[in-house]
Amino acid sequence: MTLSLFALQLLNGVEYGLLLFLVASGLTLVFGVLGVLNFAHGSFYMLGAYLAYWLSARFGSLWIAIAVGVPLMVAVGLLVEKLAIARLYARDHLSQVLLTYGLVLLFNELQSYAFGNDVQSVPTPAPLSIRIPLGEAQTWPAYRVFTAVACLVLAAAMRQVILRTRFGMRVRAGASNAEMVSALGIDIRRLFAALFAAGTALAALAGMLAAPLTTVYPGMGEGVLILSFVVVVIGGIGSIKGAFLGALLVGLSDVFGKVLLPGFASAIVYAVMAAVLVLRPRGLLG
Amino acid sequence: MTLSRRTLIGAGATAALSAVLPRRAYGAAKLRIGLLLPYSGTYAGLGNNITDGMKLAAAEHGGKLGGREVEFVPVDDESDPSKAPANVNKLVFGEKVDVLTGPVHSGVAMAMMQIVKSEKLLTIVTNAGAQAVTGALCVPHVFRTSFSNWQTSYPAADVMLKAGHKKAVLMFWNYAVGIESMAAFKEGYAKGGGTIVKEIAVPFPSAEFQANLSDIAALKPDAVFVFFAGAGAAKFVKDYADAGLRDRIPLYGSGFLTEGVLAAQGAAAEGIKTTLHYADSLDNPANRKFREAFKKATGRNADVYAVQGYDAVNALAQALDKVKGDTGALKELVAAMESVRMESPRGAFRFSKAHNPIQDIYLRQVKGGQEVVLGVAMKDADDPATGCKMPS
Repeated sequence: MTLSLFALQLLNGVEYGLLLFLVASGLTLVFGVLGVLNFAHGSFYMLGAYLAYWLSARFGSLWIAIAVGVPLMVAVGLLVEKLAIARLYARDHLSQVLLTYGLVLLFNELQSYAFGNDVQSVPTPAPLSIRIPLGEAQTWPAYRVFTAVACLVLAAAMRQVILRTRFGMRVRAGASNAEMVSALGIDIRRLFAALFAAGTALAALAGMLAAPLTTVYPGMGEGVLILSFVVVVIGGIGSIKGAFLGALLVGLSDVFGKVLLPGFASAIVYAVMAAVLVLRPRGLLG
Repeated sequence: MTLSRRTLIGAGATAALSAVLPRRAYGAAKLRIGLLLPYSGTYAGLGNNITDGMKLAAAEHGGKLGGREVEFVPVDDESDPSKAPANVNKLVFGEKVDVLTGPVHSGVAMAMMQIVKSEKLLTIVTNAGAQAVTGALCVPHVFRTSFSNWQTSYPAADVMLKAGHKKAVLMFWNYAVGIESMAAFKEGYAKGGGTIVKEIAVPFPSAEFQANLSDIAALKPDAVFVFFAGAGAAKFVKDYADAGLRDRIPLYGSGFLTEGVLAAQGAAAEGIKTTLHYADSLDNPANRKFREAFKKATGRNADVYAVQGYDAVNALAQALDKVKGDTGALKELVAAMESVRMESPRGAFRFSKAHNPIQDIYLRQVKGGQEVVLGVAMKDADDPATGCKMPS
């Protein structure tokens, strides 16, 4: 592998990892703080992508689609939390898996009913549809650069919120001891609802940003869900920083696995996960 | 009105009896055609188009084939091979259909073959391209009105070599269809003196291609031949164009690369050349008439899947006319099917000794968002039917 190809693959891996981080961050927050194993997280990603398709066709702009879609998905998140997830806090993981898997089926049916089963594409916003030449033979679409930068900005913003705001402080406190937080007079149920809605919105936003790159199709949420779980397990449950490292690790190992060990391409990510768990059973930062 | 206990018992007994009695025994009874097709999941659209193509053909024959009124018996196979044996049993032994048709998914087709091979039941495969159906597992009473994977890919090798592309990279989803498709392509490419630079097997249904595209950009082959379908095909074609490869390294594939996803691919698909046994824009009277009628009946545009369903019923109509609708006389019915000569929307075809269509494979190219037919890539393409020893 030449140096330029290596650099190119490095870029591919980082870009893939950053998008994974955006999905996985919501999952790790909900799992870490609420203690809920949320299988429906991938469905929120899928719904985000379909909303991006539907709204951008309606308004003619992905930006307006995101501006309308994210508040909509916050509402969906609050609704799902109130109707379903709130009943799971005291239950074991099996009940959580059953109910949230039921939600996956429900959302898939909803998608099939509302948007049909065709593969849809979302046009790249005009100023970002140019291509940046990289190396001698390949170009990189500007939109990929944009999503990578957007994910980085969101990661930094998330860090600020969690470390510097009252909400973030409560989230951190809730993650280490929810009962104590509740005893100190903080309305833990409202905190949980807000956090779940935030996780939902993050997954949906990832779906919206990814839509022009990945096309929009039934079942797109499931694949992302599995990879997100891998990221969360590698990073350590509940750790945003861990999810960030985990996502980059998954992105890079996937890309280099495909190039260097094509026969094991589909297994390489899981091999990395296993290796991390052997060395650090609670994940990188768990 | 009150129901006496006696009428109830009588009604129950009649119902029970009619369920037990084999329906095939009735001479001029309805012709029950079983449809083992996906009506849910990713392939639901394909199942629906095959069904509507079949319904259109039946309607054009006045709702009767060989003098018997047609009744369609659909079962949703969910494209799930693990449920296939139960679904096939339901149609063959439960519903006692006179003719079995379907499926879309090759895995389901393989499971279906295991059951129908020992049944005296005319079976028409309306999509699945697995080689074994008209190869190693061939039996006299199974016909196919769609294609074999070999037919969709072998002709592309010659097309690429004639265009001067001597070094190719192959990229495909690593499951049965992709593997069979690539094997056929390699056979043709090696014969014509071409070299495969690299084979990239992508685990199904992964659609993250970026790393492999960088690889292709660095390898700089003369051309790339791929197998992807559906959502993965839409994504691949967009990524290929976004990576700037479309204008430098010509992209070829079997027709499934663009079939049904052209709208989603948009400008990224421009210029891609594919080989298939049909194209929407084929200019022949049968196709014009068919497409117009399909649009009128369903409000949708016909596609290759609708044609395969349409042809299944039309072939059946010809054969049943010869045997006067007697599906019980299997030997005669099979002989009648073998003598069928089709004037299909895809052009003329007949069945090979292994019961796969001998048909023209077209070279198509995407121009202005439309699939344009450039010509015939292979005249009378006849699947080699490897491993088929037809028992007589």
